[in-house]
Amino acid sequence: MRLQAIQIAYLIATALFIFSLHWMNDPKSARRGVLAGVAAMAVAIVGTLLSPGLVHWHWIAIGVVLGTAVGVPLSWVPLTAVPQRTALSHAFGGLAAGLVGAAEYYLWVGSEPEMLTPFRVFAIVAEIILGFLTFTGSLMAAGKLQEVKWIPQRPVTYPFQNQSNFLLLGVAVLCGIGVILKPVEWSFLFPVVIALALAFGVLLIIPIGGADMPTVIALLNSYAGLSAVAMGFVLDNKLLITAGALDGSSGLILSIIMCKAMNRSFTNVLFGAFGQVQAKAVAGEQKLVKQETPEGAAQIMEQANLVVIVPGYGMAVAQAQHRVRELYDQLSKRGVDVRFAIHPVAGRMPGHMNVLLAETEIPYDKLVEMDDINPDLPQADVVLVIGANDVVNPAARHEKTSPIYGMPIIDADKAKMCFAIKRSMNPGFAGIDNELYTADHTYMLFGDAKGVVGELVKNLAGGSGMH
Amino acid sequence: MDTAPTTDFITMLFVFMLATFIGLGIITRVSRLLHTPLMSLTNAISAIAVVGSILVTGRDHPPFITLLGVIALFASMTNIISGFLITDRMLKMFKKEPTK
Repeated sequence: MRLQAIQIAYLIATALFIFSLHWMNDPKSARRGVLAGVAAMAVAIVGTLLSPGLVHWHWIAIGVVLGTAVGVPLSWVPLTAVPQRTALSHAFGGLAAGLVGAAEYYLWVGSEPEMLTPFRVFAIVAEIILGFLTFTGSLMAAGKLQEVKWIPQRPVTYPFQNQSNFLLLGVAVLCGIGVILKPVEWSFLFPVVIALALAFGVLLIIPIGGADMPTVIALLNSYAGLSAVAMGFVLDNKLLITAGALDGSSGLILSIIMCKAMNRSFTNVLFGAFGQVQAKAVAGEQKLVKQETPEGAAQIMEQANLVVIVPGYGMAVAQAQHRVRELYDQLSKRGVDVRFAIHPVAGRMPGHMNVLLAETEIPYDKLVEMDDINPDLPQADVVLVIGANDVVNPAARHEKTSPIYGMPIIDADKAKMCFAIKRSMNPGFAGIDNELYTADHTYMLFGDAKGVVGELVKNLAGGSGMH
Repeated sequence: MDTAPTTDFITMLFVFMLATFIGLGIITRVSRLLHTPLMSLTNAISAIAVVGSILVTGRDHPPFITLLGVIALFASMTNIISGFLITDRMLKMFKKEPTK
């Protein structure tokens, strides 16, 4: 009777999880989705607590209290730190899966070796490999995003990197097969698999640069889900399988969208060491760059009908989003139509720019996807590029030798006039010359994004005072 | 395991496959505006590993196993709490233009 009640609780939780994700299809119903998710989790936890054989209630309470104590402050991070927080929570997810897998294995080796069927051991091995590689890989990613000192920001590459990584993974898989074949006799191989998975996670992330982080975070999201699925196979629990599969497919779709937005394949992102290829591309003659003052730019923008703002990671770094909001207000007040062009890979995780701009209460219908805004750009009087670079580089269209060739871009160069805010003419993170900056109708606004946008706002506000 | 009726692994693979297809179908319809909150929401959902963590922690096992369970439970609980809270915090910010 009790066992059936638990299964029914799990069934309800599964349905609620599906509704939860379904309601994310529209910002209007999305908060209901969170509510459904919370309800699903509550039902699942209560159902699990009804399980027979639970005795260590104090240990359960300690885990829950500690997790809550850390979880609440983790949800208060500034929105610019959301990519790091996300990577960190993938790490926690992987860790939980890995530890539960290890615990079940040692339990069964010690007392119930008949439980170790080949299928179950296969699932355990999958669970610990995915879990532990997600753990260290996500920690590395979080460290890179947080710019922790002892983790190199730039991609780290060395000769035979991919070959040695594959070799390592191959050895891990071979050891895993050994454990599957002789789960009890060859149990010494089990910690070896764990150690190799931990090492592989680190080595997989060190060659990856900041621009590829959106894809990698999405991929790690998928791994965290799949490790939960494997846990479901081990524990014979369908709720774990369904919830894990929902997470796994979400991560998969997001990484496919990110890859498409960069015109690259999975293998290329993971094993391409982007940074190195690009270093070679820095070359060529110095072209002339024209400069404009915030004062002049403000005057021109004031006269425009349509202004399109292209935000990038630079806006997040400079924390300029609130100044951008003021600029939006000043221009809207004068009847200028202001829209934002959002590239799928702008920022360090999928949807990063949308969240930052939504924080400043810019209405979300002004945040337009790349494919929807590109047809309007030839009519735009002014494009203002704030801290974006590769996503507006016309070289992606025609320059076959460029590492970003083929990547879909926002057509900032097709607007009547373009202002680009940039700290200096250094080729920036990607190290590629941006043809947009030397185009005839482009004028640079040099300085920190927050400062320059602030100047623009000041000039616009001052101008209105004189009327 | 004495908690659930034992399912054969083919049935579990069926469940996995169908859930994946449902997931792919739903996620492709999620608004692109909301991809960051989507990711933090799925973070919280994949912390369903809490179920396994509770079972490992709560049962009468050797202390070493219980310790692994408590750490896993701590990690999952952190993800559940912070995942749902931050998702809601972000979603609260998405507003339409106020009708004047």
